[in-house]
Amino acid sequence: MNEKNVIQLSCPMPRFDFDVINLGHGSGGILTHKLLNSGVFDVLKNDLLNTKHDGAVFELNGKLAFSTDSYVVNPVFFPGGNIGELAVNGTVNDLSMCGAMAKYLSLAFILEEGLPIEEFWQILNSIKKCADKAGVQVVTGDTKVVEKGKGDRIFINTSGIGIMHEKAAIDFSRIEEDDLIIISGNIAAHGIAIMSKRQGLEFETDILSDTCNLNFTIKKLLDRFGTLIHFLRDATRGGVASVLNEVAKDGGFGVEIRQKDIPVTEQVNGACEMLGLDPLYVANEGVFICIVNASVADAVVEILHQDGNGINAAIIGNITTGHKGQVVLQSNIGGRRVVNMLPGEQLPRIC
Amino acid sequence: MKFLHEYRDAAVAGRYLAELKQVVTRPWTIMEVCGGQTHSLVKNGILSLLPDKINMVHGPGCPVCVTPLHLIDKAVYLAEEKNVILCSYGDMVRVPGSKKSLLEAKAAGADVRILYSPLEAVKLAKENPDKEVVFFAVGFETTAPANALSVLHACREAVMNYSILTSHVLVPPAIEAIVNDKTNVVQGFLAAGHVCTIMGMDEYYPIVEKYKLPIVVTGFEPVDLLQGILMVVKQLERGEYKLENQYSRVVRPEGNPEARQVIEDIFEIADREWRGIGNIPLSGYEVNKNYAAYDANRKFAIDLTKAGESKECIAGEILRGIKKPGQCPQFGKKCTPLNPLGAPMVSSEGACAAYYHFSNMEELV
Repeated sequence: MNEKNVIQLSCPMPRFDFDVINLGHGSGGILTHKLLNSGVFDVLKNDLLNTKHDGAVFELNGKLAFSTDSYVVNPVFFPGGNIGELAVNGTVNDLSMCGAMAKYLSLAFILEEGLPIEEFWQILNSIKKCADKAGVQVVTGDTKVVEKGKGDRIFINTSGIGIMHEKAAIDFSRIEEDDLIIISGNIAAHGIAIMSKRQGLEFETDILSDTCNLNFTIKKLLDRFGTLIHFLRDATRGGVASVLNEVAKDGGFGVEIRQKDIPVTEQVNGACEMLGLDPLYVANEGVFICIVNASVADAVVEILHQDGNGINAAIIGNITTGHKGQVVLQSNIGGRRVVNMLPGEQLPRIC
Repeated sequence: MKFLHEYRDAAVAGRYLAELKQVVTRPWTIMEVCGGQTHSLVKNGILSLLPDKINMVHGPGCPVCVTPLHLIDKAVYLAEEKNVILCSYGDMVRVPGSKKSLLEAKAAGADVRILYSPLEAVKLAKENPDKEVVFFAVGFETTAPANALSVLHACREAVMNYSILTSHVLVPPAIEAIVNDKTNVVQGFLAAGHVCTIMGMDEYYPIVEKYKLPIVVTGFEPVDLLQGILMVVKQLERGEYKLENQYSRVVRPEGNPEARQVIEDIFEIADREWRGIGNIPLSGYEVNKNYAAYDANRKFAIDLTKAGESKECIAGEILRGIKKPGQCPQFGKKCTPLNPLGAPMVSSEGACAAYYHFSNMEELV
């Protein structure tokens, strides 16, 4: 979307005669309409949304992909973004990983009574900004309000429909022996950025979340390499280790990775050391794993390096027929160990 | 990162490994005492690089693993029944008590908080004057100063709704208990670097002399561990027994006098039950009587029936280095991190969990 639309976002803030969300905003009555008409519709306006139907009616040609995701992040605002940005980029990226360009999104809010309207407004503006940047439109939505204590400020669900890239053939079943594994950027920044602001844990850092839309990056790769791109997955919850375990288990191969090639910044590494966390398991929002035919791996990395979202991309390992179902990491000093799925949330160690 | 990269350097690690291979002529069994060292050995794949003649066995130095079942039950009880905000270090919350873990209590509505520092718990107590705040003060000598300091702070600021539930254990008595056991197989020890950072090295001289065992105070990075193992092996090969300090960049012979003073002010040495091992005389800290008001054990006089351990769990043998996780019939089968039969499968420092997370099952058995 062009710059002009983004600039229009700074339009004067609508006057709300209430400071916080209350149950009335979810009642379907006057307050709901006020919130929608003087806020949501105004910010997100587009032809499909403006019809104000119960749903959006449209035609799409070709093979489609459909995905949904819910966003419950705490804190809602974090270094490098907020929940609204995640809600757009997350679903856009999920579609991208299927090989689809996101076209339309649905947007559902569950608001907790007491959420400052100002914050809701900021989040809504971020949603618009990110949607424009990713070239998607929010075409239908919903707003509910729950009593104080029954939510955590704001929860968002977005679903998205995208049109499949004609050359895309991305699936676990397409992974082959000797394929190479590429990571698109420095890992673990998002999780650490969030943690740096968690209550009781605040620490000084300028680490920012890596949230971004990856659809144009993926399109570039598919345009150029088509079916030689065998598998894509964004390394969100559970981090890189969880994605690679899914590859090993669902793909039916072994995965080998080299610790020394996995890009992670000094700062993020330092924070992980301090917190007793393994960056391989820390969440990312703008980093993806790409498994490709070995013949194009260097070219894929080169393209990624020229793309704003892949400056630190690197080949980190390969697919093997050995140790099926397992991810094996070669440590910096040459030792080998298995990288398993986490049994639950990663918990900080005592000492 | 300064002081980390150097100790993770592949070339340096390679040199120590080569020297180890050259020096070792006979089989030796060496125990790393600290769970942090176990974690690092397994995580960095060091065990797969060591010469076959060197058998590393994993010690009891995982505070989470040795915290008795009934204390976890007590923590759960306080959180559920006594209107208490129960604060804990992270990896303690998943350890199952006889009925449930703190994490399960939290899911059922109890107020359980994961904190990095007990001073945060004192702050919580100040912010919640109508609630009791209890910090689950678990750990070896390493965490004792911070836990003691929290009591000191609470006392100075007259925060009366704060107390600690102590499960503090000490390394030297544990080493002696292992050596004195009839089934002992350990011929040399890597002592826990961070414990010695606080306590210094003096406590270990008598053990070296009495049992004629090499002990090397060792750090946690790959190069530290390899150098520490090499130092122990060199002594063993020469028939020597000395106390040496591999971790001299951090550990001073006298330790940290200020930290020791805080410990002395708040705690007294007492008998302690170690989960999986049993009672070891004079092997832990309790809050002393001057600070009794901050001792959750005294403050909440509850007498819970002591629950029995799972009969299938061989944690006692694991923690004394007699068996390795892969030798347990339930390892990875009935006992997994999601459904642990005993504590060593829970904490990331526990030998069983470290093996489970980082090892190839087939290679273990």
